[in-house]
Formats: sequence, structure tokens, C-alpha cells
Amino acid sequence: MMRKRTKYGRYALNVFAGLGLVYLFAPIFFIVAFSFNKPNGNFNIAWQSFTFDNWLHPFAEQSLTRALWKSLEIAAVSTFISTILGSLIAVALSRYKFRGSEGINLFLVLPLTTPEIVLGSSLATLFLGQNFIDFGMVTIIIAHIMFQVSFVALTVRARIRGFDWTLEQAAQDLGATPFRTFMKVTFPLILPGILAAALLAFALSIDDFIITFFNSGPIQTFPLQIYGASRVRIPPQINVLASIILFFSVAILMAGTIAGMRKSAEKQATAKKFKLPLRK
Amino acid sequence: MTETVERNNRIARNADRVGLGAMILASICLVALGAHWVSGPMVSVIVLVLVAVIVGVLVLAYTGGPEARRLLAPYGLLKPGMLWLALFFLAPVWSLLRISLSTKESRFSVNYNFSWAFENYTKAFSDFGKQFEHAFVYAAIATVLTILIGYPLAYVIAFRGGKYKNILLGLVVVPFFTSYLIRTIAWSTILADRGIVVRALNAVGLERLFEWMHIMDNGKLLNTPAAVIGGLTYNFLPFMLLPIYVSLEKIDTNLVNAAGDLYSSASRAFRKVVLPLSIPGVFAGTLLTFIPAAGDFVNAQFLGNPNTSMIGNSIQDQFLKQNNYPVASAMAAVLMVSIATLVLLYTRIFGTEDLA
Repeated sequence: MMRKRTKYGRYALNVFAGLGLVYLFAPIFFIVAFSFNKPNGNFNIAWQSFTFDNWLHPFAEQSLTRALWKSLEIAAVSTFISTILGSLIAVALSRYKFRGSEGINLFLVLPLTTPEIVLGSSLATLFLGQNFIDFGMVTIIIAHIMFQVSFVALTVRARIRGFDWTLEQAAQDLGATPFRTFMKVTFPLILPGILAAALLAFALSIDDFIITFFNSGPIQTFPLQIYGASRVRIPPQINVLASIILFFSVAILMAGTIAGMRKSAEKQATAKKFKLPLRK
Repeated sequence: MTETVERNNRIARNADRVGLGAMILASICLVALGAHWVSGPMVSVIVLVLVAVIVGVLVLAYTGGPEARRLLAPYGLLKPGMLWLALFFLAPVWSLLRISLSTKESRFSVNYNFSWAFENYTKAFSDFGKQFEHAFVYAAIATVLTILIGYPLAYVIAFRGGKYKNILLGLVVVPFFTSYLIRTIAWSTILADRGIVVRALNAVGLERLFEWMHIMDNGKLLNTPAAVIGGLTYNFLPFMLLPIYVSLEKIDTNLVNAAGDLYSSASRAFRKVVLPLSIPGVFAGTLLTFIPAAGDFVNAQFLGNPNTSMIGNSIQDQFLKQNNYPVASAMAAVLMVSIATLVLLYTRIFGTEDLA
């Protein structure tokens, strides 16, 4: 009797999880489906008829395409700088024991526990009171780096937590200069963590709306363009570009998963070959 | 001669103190410059101090020998990022507080004079109390909903995912690769008055129940508080689910089996073993969900009506449309301080040491 009940409970939970996945994908389904819609009027929100037109002309909305390029440009620059700044912080925190590291840890979490609207509006007040830079590309990039640095630092730190720093000493004992040690030993080993953090930072930058909204000036990024246009018209190209970004991200995700699986399979094979105990 | 060598050695041995002190001093200089603590000739003095501090540390690293260099290294690595955050995170918070206590020169002026104008804060509370209430109530309800949806989902993936674990986790994250705004606009299509959900509810006859539960309003699902809360729940779900998954994934299943061997029922084993071990995940998830949800204005804008607007909408409106920077800054400051207070209280009560 008891067993039966737990068994039903088991099914109920699995069904709930399945419904959860359906819920997560509901709007995604709509976005992709409506990229094949031939809208009647300016708003692509009611289903009319099936068409491939939008996919054949994904860049037909010039302002939207321009905004997407702007977003990619901003994301590239800000990710490059924030990845360097954040990785340096992460290396300092996990490589060295030093005075004040506790305080630094706390300070790094602060931007993450501050609502975006506060970050955005306060940065705007900083730019309002000076005559050096106008609102535009530079202020957007500054803002993006500001919120990316913490994310990068924390992600990289988490990824290199178990890193064996004595490898550096080994290299130096074998006569490598500190620079050579870094390029040949440290950097290749922490690179996967840095790349993961850079991808995250890039995604955050592309999708940021609230902070950018306060610091953009005349520049239109992809989210800002959608926001501005959404009251006047919602062209199906929005759905097409969103679907392209989606498929592209899924491809990167899958490539990462496959690479990870191949690596662990390789590890297992090596362990088998040399009869090593396999650590999890 | 020996005296100077002796002094240099002392400095070199305490290079970490020098490094930390230099970093803090340089940050303070940057905040002072960015937030206009100083004006006129003092600006050049501060710039000189800033340059002197950085040059001084470099000289010490160059002359101090390997021991001093080793002690200085972490501060050298930290400095670029930390100074960036000092100038573009700390200084802005200061200038926000400053403008929140300033008055405009005239109604249409863009110049402000600092004058301890606390009336900005009274205005923020009296005119926008309702919006503050919405922000905190909606965000709290959405946070509870994300736990109710996210926990079982994370549980199934972590304990029953088997070899599909990573794929299932990937599936959970994939929807959030589309733009935040587009997702929210998609929800407004789904919940629209003649949209699929409303029609389905009418067909099944559930609309009476939903009206009674105050989820629907006069046959409408869109532009209700429920829609705003639903949007917040959806958009911040991964921030709850992923930390819970991480803490569940760490649990050794042997512990659960041991509980079973000791004649614990499945539900008791869950309550006594799994749930306590997953609390850190719920804790982190709650912070990561509540904080952005309370400051959000996108969901209220696309899924709500003027009566459901949250404090984010008001800040955005006062700041960017009315150019009323003092009151907007006062509202942002109140939001920041109240969230910081809530986070502190919450950490005191449910605290775990590992936030990040």
C-alpha cells in the first residue's frame, strides 16, 4: 500500500516537472512560431498565415539590424575589458592569501545585490554632473563593464577554486621565468573558466536593458530598439532575429556539452589504460 | 646610510599593508573626483595624490625585492578592476545620494544645488507609496512562486535526471537565451484578451474560478496584477532554479538511502535530509530573484496597467521623462537602502557564509 502511494507521488512529481518545462518553453514556442507569421498591420501579435518571407529577409528592418550590430559591438568591447579586469581579480583572490581579501569578496557581491535600476540611475547621475563625456557608446560600455566585472570575477573564481598552484612552482623550479610560467602553465589551465565567464558576460551585455536605458543617450541597442518600437509596431523580423540568436546560443551550448562529454570520456579511457582510480 | 636601508626593509616587509593602503587611498581619490567632493584647485591636488600613490607602489615593487613584490602582487592584480568599481559603482551611489538631497534651480533647469532637501524623500513616499508597496509585494509573491515551481523541477533534474541531467538543465536555460524584452512581449501575446489562454479558460469554464481568485479581472488576464507577477515569476525563475539545483546536486544520495535503511519514510527523509541540505540554494535563489524583481519595470510596463506600476516604473518615468532627477534619485536611494536592509536581516536570520 505504502509503496503504491510513493509510486504515484513519483509520477506526480515527474508530471509537474514536465509541465514546468512546457511553461518555460511556452513563450519561446510563440516567438519562433510567429517568425513564420504574415502579420496583418504593424503588430505581429495575431496569427494570420504561414510564410517564409521573414526568414528570407531577416535584415529587412534596417533600424533593428543596425541596433543588433551596435549591441554586438558594445558586447565585444565591454566583454573584452571586463574579462581581463575580472579574471585578474579572480586570480588574486584564489592565488594569494592577503590582507583585506574578505572585504574584497563582500565588495564584489555588492553590485549583484543592487537592483539594476539603482545601478543604472546612479551611474547616470555621475555622468550628468560632468562635461568630459556625452551619453553614448562610451557611457554604455562603461556601464556594461561595471556590472560584468563582478560576474566575471565570481565565475572565474568558482571555476579555478581547486586549481593546484604548486604547478607554478614546479615550472619555476625547472627554470621557467614567471612570465613563461604564466603563459605556458597557468593561463592554459584557467582558460576554460575565463572563456565561460566571457560568454556569460557577453550574454549579459547583449540582453541588458535597464542599465543601458539610463545611460544610452541617442544610441539604440537591440533591446532599446525593441522597447522603443514596441508601442508603434512589432515587425516579424524581431522574432526572426530572436530565433537566430536562440539557435546560435543553443549551438554554442551543445558544442560545449559535447566537448565536455568527449573530454570526460577521454579521461575515463586514460584512467582505464593506466589502471588509475577515477576521481569524480 | 644603514638607517635608510633599515627603513626600506621595514617598508618591504610590510608591503602588503602598503599595497592595501594604496588601493584604498586610490579608490577614495577616484570617488572624490567622480562624486564632486572637491572643486577648483583641489581637483589637481587629488589627481596628484592619485598619481603619486600609484607611482609610489610601482617604485616599491621595483626596488623592494622579491618578497615585497610577492606581497604586492595581489593588490596589483586587483587594482584595475577595483578602481573601475570605485569610479563607476561607488562614486555613482554617492552622487545619487547627493542629487536626492538637491533642489532644481528652476522647474526646467538641469542644474542642481545641494541643499539637504529632505522634501524629495517625503515626496517620494507620499506620491509613490503605492508603487513601493507594489514592488515589494509583487516581488515577494513572485519569489515564493519561483520556489514552488523551481524546487520540484530542480529536484527531478538532480535526482531523476540520470544521464539526461545535463540535457535537462540545458533545456531549462535555453528559453533565457532569447531577449528579456521579447520574452515579456511574447507573454503579453499569450495572455492577450483574445489570446490562447483566455479562450482556453473560457472554453473549459474556469474563468469564474479565476475571477474569484482575483487572477482575472472582468474577463481579462493581461493588464492585471496577476499578469505582472506571472511575468516576474517567469523571467526570474532560472535565478531560483539554478542555485537550488547546485545545492541539490551536491547531496550524497547515500545519505538518503541511509535514512531509508533506518526506516525513515520517503517524505520524512526528504524533510530531514534533503531539504535542510538544499536550504543554501533556496537562500541564494531568493536573493537573486527578489532583488532584481523588486527593481523591475519591464514586466509592469508590458503586462500591467497604470494601477499596477511598480517603483521601477516611477523611477524611470521621473528620471528619463520628467527629468525630475532629485525625486527619482530619492526613490532609487530608498529602494537601495530598503533592499540592503532586507538582505541584511535575511542574512542574519537564514544566513549562510557562502553567498557567491
